[in-house]
Amino acid sequence: MHIPRRSRGAAAPPRRTSRRRRVTGSLAVLATAAGLLTACGSNGGPPTLVWYTNPDPGGQAAIAARCTAASNGAYKIETQVLPQDASQQRVQLARRLAAGDSSIDLMSLDPAFTAEFAAAKYVVPVPQDVQQKLPEAFKGAVTASTWDNQLVVAPFWSNVQLLWYRKSFAQKAGLDMSQPVTWDQIIDAAAKNGGTVGVQANKYEGYVVWINALVMGAGGNLVTDPNAGVHAKIDVNSTAGKDAADVIDKLAHSKAAEPDLSVSNEGTVLAPFATDKGAFQVNWTFIYSNYATDKATLNDLGWTQYPETVQGQPSRPPYGGIGIGVSSTSKHQDLDWQAVECITSPDNQGQYAVDTGNMPSSQAGYAYDKLKKAYPASLLQQFQQSVTDAGPRPLTPYWSDISGAIQSTWHPASSVSSSTPASSQTFIQQVLEGKKLL
Amino acid sequence: MTTTVATPAQTDTAPGKAHLSDRSAVENRLGQKLVAPAVIVMVLVTAYPMIQALYLSLFRYRLTTPDDKGFVGLGNYGVILGDSLFWKDTLNTVIIMVATVAIELVVGFAFAMVMHRIMVARGLMRTAILIPYGIVTVVSAFAWQFAFSINNGFVNSWFHWLPWIAPQQNWFGDHWHAMFAIMASEIWKTTPFMSLLLLAGLSQVSEDMVEAAQVDGATWWQRLYKVILPNMRAAIMVAVLFRALDAFRIFDNIAIMTAGAQNTESSSFLTYRQVIQQMQLGMGSALSVLLFIAVLIIAFVIVKLFKVDLASARGEG
Repeated sequence: MHIPRRSRGAAAPPRRTSRRRRVTGSLAVLATAAGLLTACGSNGGPPTLVWYTNPDPGGQAAIAARCTAASNGAYKIETQVLPQDASQQRVQLARRLAAGDSSIDLMSLDPAFTAEFAAAKYVVPVPQDVQQKLPEAFKGAVTASTWDNQLVVAPFWSNVQLLWYRKSFAQKAGLDMSQPVTWDQIIDAAAKNGGTVGVQANKYEGYVVWINALVMGAGGNLVTDPNAGVHAKIDVNSTAGKDAADVIDKLAHSKAAEPDLSVSNEGTVLAPFATDKGAFQVNWTFIYSNYATDKATLNDLGWTQYPETVQGQPSRPPYGGIGIGVSSTSKHQDLDWQAVECITSPDNQGQYAVDTGNMPSSQAGYAYDKLKKAYPASLLQQFQQSVTDAGPRPLTPYWSDISGAIQSTWHPASSVSSSTPASSQTFIQQVLEGKKLL
Repeated sequence: MTTTVATPAQTDTAPGKAHLSDRSAVENRLGQKLVAPAVIVMVLVTAYPMIQALYLSLFRYRLTTPDDKGFVGLGNYGVILGDSLFWKDTLNTVIIMVATVAIELVVGFAFAMVMHRIMVARGLMRTAILIPYGIVTVVSAFAWQFAFSINNGFVNSWFHWLPWIAPQQNWFGDHWHAMFAIMASEIWKTTPFMSLLLLAGLSQVSEDMVEAAQVDGATWWQRLYKVILPNMRAAIMVAVLFRALDAFRIFDNIAIMTAGAQNTESSSFLTYRQVIQQMQLGMGSALSVLLFIAVLIIAFVIVKLFKVDLASARGEG
């Protein structure tokens, strides 16, 4: 196509002006970039500590804001929210940490993968001087935060499961809930009186939490020497393992089982519990605040110690919660520990419990006034007692393999029988030895 | 009535390699130089990860315990091929692939006919049919998970009058019900893609031949089986090939709807669990290599068995 020379030359400004404009433009860009870079640099404000948190109703973001204000300009905490599922939290953090991502400073870590992160040296052990400044945590919380005799995360909040029940139903069934009850008792009571027992039996970590509690409640352990790594001794095929299988088998084949048992989780059991069929559920501490707006259910809500697997043998309630870890790739570790002290302070633990229903990891946290006003004293007492009695999951870097192998062999609950512990044990060992696919 | 197929135009090329003129040779060389940068980039971004996966598959290597890394040769392949889980998941994948592609082919062809023939509200109809394909797979999987949910799904309440659907049917509580739900969501999502490919083939069928058959007294079914289908054979086979390969790699629906529970895991989901969740880079890489080989075999079988002519399907024949 022919373009007339006039049309090109006429519209163009004189060449000298164009060059001047380009030079001026370049200088302006450079000046702007320099300004931005200065703003991002160390002179532009306090260092930013990035805290990867598990999802919550905003409690950790509020703590980050309070600690930023309390630091008097020493640091600024910014939160990044991880996925809902604990396994996905592990995956996202581990992949970044394995790649040496230095943008992670603080992490809210689930006890299920604390040992794995500590063994991989993704987190820095809590220094002795910092430990002395942290509030004294419950024994269960300390155990779940320790790897190789070192405290590797600072206990922040402690979750524990209770047996929640409808008072009217227990009365109708003639159960004395002031005394410890067994799984057999509540399953029979629910089945005979048209009620259900809510548990977590989907194919996920929550199901293994239940299995672990049942095994520990019968005096056993899933793993007896977790420090041995892939050579750890698996003890699923034990009397305790068979007692646990009996409970699951009984519930799965009982009228007390909820219809969605094979896909049930902490959330799915909430709605049935609030209906006429609601009788019992085992669940975490958030249950009380969950029914806060449902006065009918709240007024009929009772709580007691987690059910016994074997009558007369004290139960070992499931333990959960969060510990705060400092990334080994963080560039601000001194400030990180200052932030950890602030985040885990008794007042922040107490306020976090008020905001989210996730309870403190220390007695000092439970002494928070607003918390004492928000919850009945007997419930707070039950939480503390349960945390003390809790049985944490085995602390091994290979927990995700062991947990996955248990899920594969114990799910669905309706397939569990007296032979499940033996087949499960063989499978777990083969998976750890790399002889079987998981 | 005999099958009527349009024959491609004869070309003048003689058998064997044709002699190139100087100009053609120069143009060829220029063409090669022009595509070389793109080829190099492609090789770097596709070949490197494949070679890396092949290399890693020879090791026992877990991301969180890098110190335990060790060479195991073909050991990972031996474990995988000797494991019943791998074969169970492969069977699941094949069942999903065959069932979904077969149903999509029939339903997709019906949709393609509607889109091709409809005279009223053609744009609206085409848009309505294509909407599911525009929805992100994860979103559609969530939607179908809610639809089949025992607690708040509509499937149980709408279809409980069917003898095999109980009002309290737990669709994710056993293998076959869960597989049905997964396949239903997959079919709903990708049938429009199949119908698009078939519509392209349908529009290539000469109306003259169809009319000639009609004049000869052929019924609607005879025109379909003897004229339309034979003339869009290449398009059908390409649609089957694309969808079969796609269906063999099914992942999203399973990850969202069951996460592999009730033995509904596919080969891709098994690979994902090994590499991403278990962080077993060695074992996971071996599975990736096997998955890649399986995809190659399927493509080869479909192309050879059904004699798919990709060039003809593109209208280059």
